[in-house]
Parts: sequence; C-alpha cells; structure tokens
Amino acid sequence: MKALQFQRKPMKYAASMVAGTLRPGRGAAYGPLDFDEIDEPELPGADWQMIKPRLAGICGSDLATMDGRSSRYFEDIVSFPFVPGHEVVADAADGTRVVLEPVLGCVARNVRPVCVSCSRGDLGNCERLAFGDIAPGLQTGFCCDTGGGWGTRMVAHASQLHVVADTMTDEAAVMVEPTACAIHAALAFPIVAGDLVVVLGAGTLGLLTIAAVHHFHPDAVIVAGARYLEQRRWAKELGATHVVEPDHVGRLVRRLSGSLAYGNQLTGGANVVLDCVGTESSITEALRIVKPRGRITLVGMPNNVSLNLTSLWHRETQLAGAYAYGTETLRSGDDRRTFDLAFELVGAADLGRLVTATYPLRDYRDALEHAATAGRRGAVRIAFDLRHEKGR
Amino acid sequence: MPRPGYVLDVDRSTPPTMFWRGEGFSLEKLPPDRTRIIYPAEPIPALKDIDGTILHALENPIDSEPLSALLKPGMRLTIAFDDVSLPLPKMRRPDLRQRIIEAVLDLAAQAGVDDVVLIAALALHRRMTEAELRHALGDRIYDAFMPRGLLTQHDAEDPDNLELLGATPEGEEVEINKRAATSDLLVYVNINLVAMDGGWKSTVTGLSSYRSLRHHHNPTTMEASHSFMDQHRSELHKSNWRMGKIMRDHGPRVFQIETTLNTDTFPSQFNFLSKREWEWNARDRAAYIAMSTSLKRTPTRLARNIFHSIESPHQLTSIQCGEVEAVHKITTENVYKQHLVEVSGQTDIMTMGIPYICPYNVNSIMNPILVTCMGLGYYFNLYRGKPLVREGGVVIMTHPTPWEFNPVHHPSYIDFFEQCLADTTDPHELSRKYEKSFAEDEWYKHLYRTGYAYHGVHPFYMWYWASHAMKHLGRVIIVGGDAKAVRRLGFTPATSMNDALELASDVVGPSPTITHFHAPPVLMADVT
Repeated sequence: MKALQFQRKPMKYAASMVAGTLRPGRGAAYGPLDFDEIDEPELPGADWQMIKPRLAGICGSDLATMDGRSSRYFEDIVSFPFVPGHEVVADAADGTRVVLEPVLGCVARNVRPVCVSCSRGDLGNCERLAFGDIAPGLQTGFCCDTGGGWGTRMVAHASQLHVVADTMTDEAAVMVEPTACAIHAALAFPIVAGDLVVVLGAGTLGLLTIAAVHHFHPDAVIVAGARYLEQRRWAKELGATHVVEPDHVGRLVRRLSGSLAYGNQLTGGANVVLDCVGTESSITEALRIVKPRGRITLVGMPNNVSLNLTSLWHRETQLAGAYAYGTETLRSGDDRRTFDLAFELVGAADLGRLVTATYPLRDYRDALEHAATAGRRGAVRIAFDLRHEKGR
Repeated sequence: MPRPGYVLDVDRSTPPTMFWRGEGFSLEKLPPDRTRIIYPAEPIPALKDIDGTILHALENPIDSEPLSALLKPGMRLTIAFDDVSLPLPKMRRPDLRQRIIEAVLDLAAQAGVDDVVLIAALALHRRMTEAELRHALGDRIYDAFMPRGLLTQHDAEDPDNLELLGATPEGEEVEINKRAATSDLLVYVNINLVAMDGGWKSTVTGLSSYRSLRHHHNPTTMEASHSFMDQHRSELHKSNWRMGKIMRDHGPRVFQIETTLNTDTFPSQFNFLSKREWEWNARDRAAYIAMSTSLKRTPTRLARNIFHSIESPHQLTSIQCGEVEAVHKITTENVYKQHLVEVSGQTDIMTMGIPYICPYNVNSIMNPILVTCMGLGYYFNLYRGKPLVREGGVVIMTHPTPWEFNPVHHPSYIDFFEQCLADTTDPHELSRKYEKSFAEDEWYKHLYRTGYAYHGVHPFYMWYWASHAMKHLGRVIIVGGDAKAVRRLGFTPATSMNDALELASDVVGPSPTITHFHAPPVLMADVT
C-alpha cells in the first residue's frame, strides 16, 4: 500500500529541524518522512478491522513532528516507523464511513483491567499507552502497529470507530477529531455567564476552540487574538465577541476586565485563557492577562519553554493542559462523550467549511508547507485526499 | 500695514505650494486654472507696552467693576488659566499667562487677599509637567504656589473637588471644580488662538467634568455646529452659553480675561513657512531646501523633539477683561480681524498640509486620531458661512500618519484606535457602543489623575470633532500616510498628490476645483 512513513533517523530528523526552522513546513522535504510502498499493517486482534482512509487532516502536532520540533517527551509513547495521520474519516470494512477516535487506550490495547482513567471514560488520560497487545503509541498515527491516515489502509479497533451519517460530508467528518479536542478544552474549566474567555491563536485549533466556547458558553465574552485577516473573519464568524491582532489582546483584556496594571501585568484579567499556540511568548502573555485564580489551558501542544512563573505563584493561577477527549460534564450536569458532542458541533457550526485545501499523498511536501503557512495564505485546515489513490 | 489674507488663483507660472507633512514639508505643484490657494493674513501689529496694557485692561474692564475693586481681604480668590494646549507652538517666555497672573496677584496682594489658589483648567486634558507649568507661569509663581499646594491642576475625576451648580432647561448638568465654584471671585486667564476658544467655554469646559462635557462633546452637537468656529451657527457654543447662564446664576463671580494673538507663529529661521511661495527669496528657498533635506535624514523622534522645542514669537494684539459674554464678543471680533479671509464659493477638493502639532500633542506624537482631528476637526471647521469644500467633496491631507502613539499621554487612544475603529468609524455608533466604558474605565482615570494621560474618553471627543466633516465629505485622502493606519481611520491612502487628485476624481468628477488651505499660521475662511 502507499503511505507516508516516518522513521527513526536522527540525522534526518536533525535536518528537518533545521529546514523547518528556516521555513515552516519544509522539514518534510529533508526529514525522515518518505512516500513509499509499504506492507499493510496486520490486524492486532479480533476486534480490529482494516479501514481505508478517505480524508486525513494535517494537525499542528503532525507539523511539529515533520519540522523536528516534537518534544522528546513522546519518545517512549511512540513507536517507529509509523504512518502519521490521526484526523481520519475512512471507509470501514462493511463500507460504512467512519471517523477514527485515535487515542490508543486500554480497550484497544487489550489491557485488562482497564486503567483508572479509561474506566472513567477519560480516554486521553490513559495510563497504559506503552503497554498491551500493540506497540507504544499515544494515538493511531504515532504507532508502528496501526498505520495511519496518511496511508491508503490502516487498522482500527472497533472502539475507535464512529459511524458517519450519510448527510455529513467527508470534509465535515474529518473535522470531528480536532473539534473534539477543542470541546474538551472548552469544557475543562467552569465558565459562567459574562466570563471573559481569551483564545490565543486562530489556527484550526484556535478557531475550533472559539466555536466550542461559543457553542457551550454562549453567554461568555470571547476575545480572540488572530494574526491574519482571514483568521479574524473566521474567528468572528465562529462566535468570538471581539477579535484583534495578537499584540492587541492584552490591551483589550485590560479594558474589558476593567483591570488596572502593574507594568505589563494586569491586576485583573480574563477568567480563562485558552492558549492554542503553546509557545513561550503565548504562555507568557496568558500569564500576563489572566485574572488572579484564573485558569490558563494549554490547548496547543507546547514544547520546551522558559517561563517566569512568579505571577502564577503570586496570583494563584491555574495552568493546565487540555489533551484529546473522553467524557465531558456539561453545565446541565449530563455526562457526554466528547466525540458525540463534536459530531453535533461540526454539524451545527458547519465546520467542514474549514477544510480549505486537499492534496494527494504524492504532493505531501506541498501539503505540509501549505499547512504550515495556512494562516498567512488564507487557509485553515489542509488535508490529504485519499479517495482517488490507487490501490485503495 | 500688514496685508490681509489672500486668495491666489493658480496659473502655470505659480511656483509649487508648500505643504506641511508632520515633521517635514513638501512642495506640490497644484493643477493650474482650477486651483486657488488661501493664504492667511500677515500678522497684525502687536501691542507695545504689554504689562501696561494688561494693567489698564484689569482696571478698565467691560461691564464690570475694576479688578482692584473686586478684591477684598479675606476673600477666596481662584485664578484659572488655559493649559498646555494653548498657544501653539508654545510662546516665548515670558508667557502671557505669567504676565497677566503676576499682575492679578500684585493687585490681590495690594488688596490684602491671601487665600489665592491657581488652577490649570485642564478639563479632560493631560496634566502639565513642572517644566510646562514653569514655562506658562514663570518660576516666581511656580515656586511661590506649588510648594504650598496652591498651584493645582483641575482633576475632573476627583469627586471631592467637584460641585454641581445645576442644570440647564435642556438637562445639561453644570459641574465644575469645587474650589472655583466656592470662590468669591474666579479670575479666568485665557489665550484665544481660534474663534472657538474663550467665553463660557473657558470655565464650563476647562473646569468641568465628564458629567458636564458629555452634553456638548458628542456627535450630535458637533454635526450640528456649522461650524464650531462660528458662534452663531455652533451648537457647541450655544450649549456652552446655556451652561454659562447656570454659572452666572449659581456659580462664583467670574472675571474673564481674554487675549488675542497675531499670526507671528514661527521664529525667523522658519520665515518661509509664513510667506507666500512666489515671494520666497533666495534665503527662504535655501532655508526650505536645507531644512526639508535634513529633516528627511533625521530620525522621526529627533525631528519631533526639534519641532516641539520651537518657541513662537506670538504677539499680543488685544486684551479685554470683565463680564464673560461682553468680553468674548470683543475677543471674537479681534480674532476675526486676524484670521478671516474672504473666499468666494465652495470647492470640490480642499487640500491641507497637517503640521506636527495640534492642541493635544504638545511634546508628544501626532497620532492618527489627532491627524484626523487637526484636519477634519480644526482646519475643516475654520470657516464661516459655508464649508470651504462642497457637500460630497473631498479633503486631501498630507501627513505621515504613523501608527504610533505616546503611551503615557494617549493610552486610551491606542485602545480606541486598535479596538473601536477596527469595529466602526461612525461617531454615533462609537458613542453608543464604547464611550461610556472608556469614560468610566478605572485605569484610564488612574493614569489621567496621577500620570500625564488624557482622559479615557478624550479620543472619542477628537473623533467627534471631525464628525461634521465626515458627514459632509464624500472622501478623505491622506497623502504620504501609513497605509494601514489611514485605512483604519476609514480614509484612503495615496502616495502622491497626483495620485490623491486622481482618486478624488472618482468622487468629484474630472477637472474638479481645488482649494488649498495654506496653514499654519492659522486662518479662517469667510465663505460666501
């Protein structure tokens, strides 16, 4: 089968880091990612089936990997070589279309009894990501045994598959997984009417987070920092109350929160800051604009950063991550699966519109470069289109 | 005998016309046979014996007893004076305010008045620095009053030092500085640079609060003031005069001192700025070339410092004291004597060079909002009769219009520009959606009260100042401005005057008439 495969080749990985630093998205051209004919993955067990990806998105964490920016933290929870791609809509063995829930938790790994997190339904927090019947891998797309969405075939456990309604397009379906991430972030901390919620960054994850906050907390005041014109338009359309350039977020938050300031540090600030960038400067900005005892949620994947946490200590700020999905508790008190909520939100907000461009696998270098510069080029989500790949 | 203002019809022999461009200049060749240039009058003769004239005026007031007769032992005397926004550029020392206040203090001392407080009538402007106060009042007054807390700056956000005097039948609340309100005599020392200054505006604006100001500093009043330099057709003036009646009936006795200046605005090395281009001699041309060339190579910050250090030779042309309205009537006549230039008919396109300074950026940056205020607020409104440019016409300004703000002086301007103007440029909508939150913002209040910041609501007022022009005009073009900043203002950027004229033709058609407003020095078009 045809696939893009990422191998453990330290020298090439270093080259991708250099290339990616010089020009985002270029790491793929020099790194350990190859477009090749490879063997199909074997079914790891009885509850597994072969699926054929139709569309597979290119996520920020994928780009970080291709550009050599991925944290060494992941070394023990990925296995090489792997076929990337975890945002997947595919054809199941019986011909139905399915969306993949890529986390490889205890059930998929055949770990019995399941870990505490999995038993609660908090799949993203699975404590057995490197154990069980399959090789280490926090998700499909980072595991050598499963294949991934950037290949014409892959395997999936029955527990990972969600049937797509006939009325939903492939473009909408491929947005379900990132939307689930955004929903998990939006529901990770209580937000009440009138709360000031800041979303830093307006890439795909930022925009989906805005949509999620707006959907589940329509009475919150949402401030979005977006660098590019098209991102600002989307942010407004998806529910941000105020949209400004990233450099202006601090001043707007100060004004909206009625805060004073000590130098650069606001005395008050936002109730919640959802950082969808995950860089040193964005987290520093979040610390500057969040109110005392406020909450900063790292939605975008951060890497090694250097931070002055004095204000966090002094102002008793909560700093937490939001990874993947599982089970969410709504304002009503109801518990719902994040993926179920994501299907609803993708439909309600017509998030399939965010898929701006698709590429065949062979054009992966262009695709990754486009994805890395999407904001500047007026795009949002870039995906691989495998529907017409030979040998599928 | 100084020559009056003059309207030149441009022909092929007319030399290029000088335009201000912030901290620089340019020469522009305007289309012949359809362009006219309005030049200000030459400076009218100054009064010779200034101190003698001041004393004479104080003792021979209009519709009032002499000042010496009003001063009594044991009384509370408050002397309020115009702030750093006047005159422009700052006056060579000694400043007129110093001379007048020294004379008033001498009379007060002779009368045995020992409860005297000085107040800088800031309204919602920024506080003056020590250097600025010393410049305006002189070291003697500063050193005598400031250490004892008797030289103060009006604080429109100090609830303990405001007094509500009442409200007009139209519901306009008159709230002014408590010390002034509770004084036996309030002496107001004014410098009149344009026809709008002075009169009741001095006290009911300069010493008032947002609670009062909002009744006339709003888009509705501004749009209905045609113009606010023409008392008879200014809603702003009428509102101030209604509030003045409350002052007269319920406030302190006011002894108004008003002065007028001639248009001797720049020192001799800048003579070419005040001369008509065809009268430039070799020295003027050399000065222009040397100055404009060196300014192009000078970092903006340094150029700004150089310009703001200019001290104007402004000369006193009249001083009148006494009852506010009677005094202001004469003041206005004297202002008109210097400023009015008769102009026949309106034009399709009005051009104007915007200088480095306006009343609200002394020792500071002329940010995009102030460029708007100077061009569309001040220059556009310097007319009597009809606007110089026809309805649906075009204004072309020249200014670099940098996306740059002084964060100490203009903190709320930054937010207004970045947040509010990004949403809308409509003054009414801005007023409805944003004004209150800016006016009541605790951080802006803090910076206004303790730092050197303009009040939070001030950028709105600057924008409202331009609302009559915005409603009247079909397009506004800024030549040489930062394109992004110009667009944020809702205007059209152009790289050259020719480009601007071409862009304007989309609105006013081919071969439009053009009128260049050749200022500063200041002039006022009397359009018939």
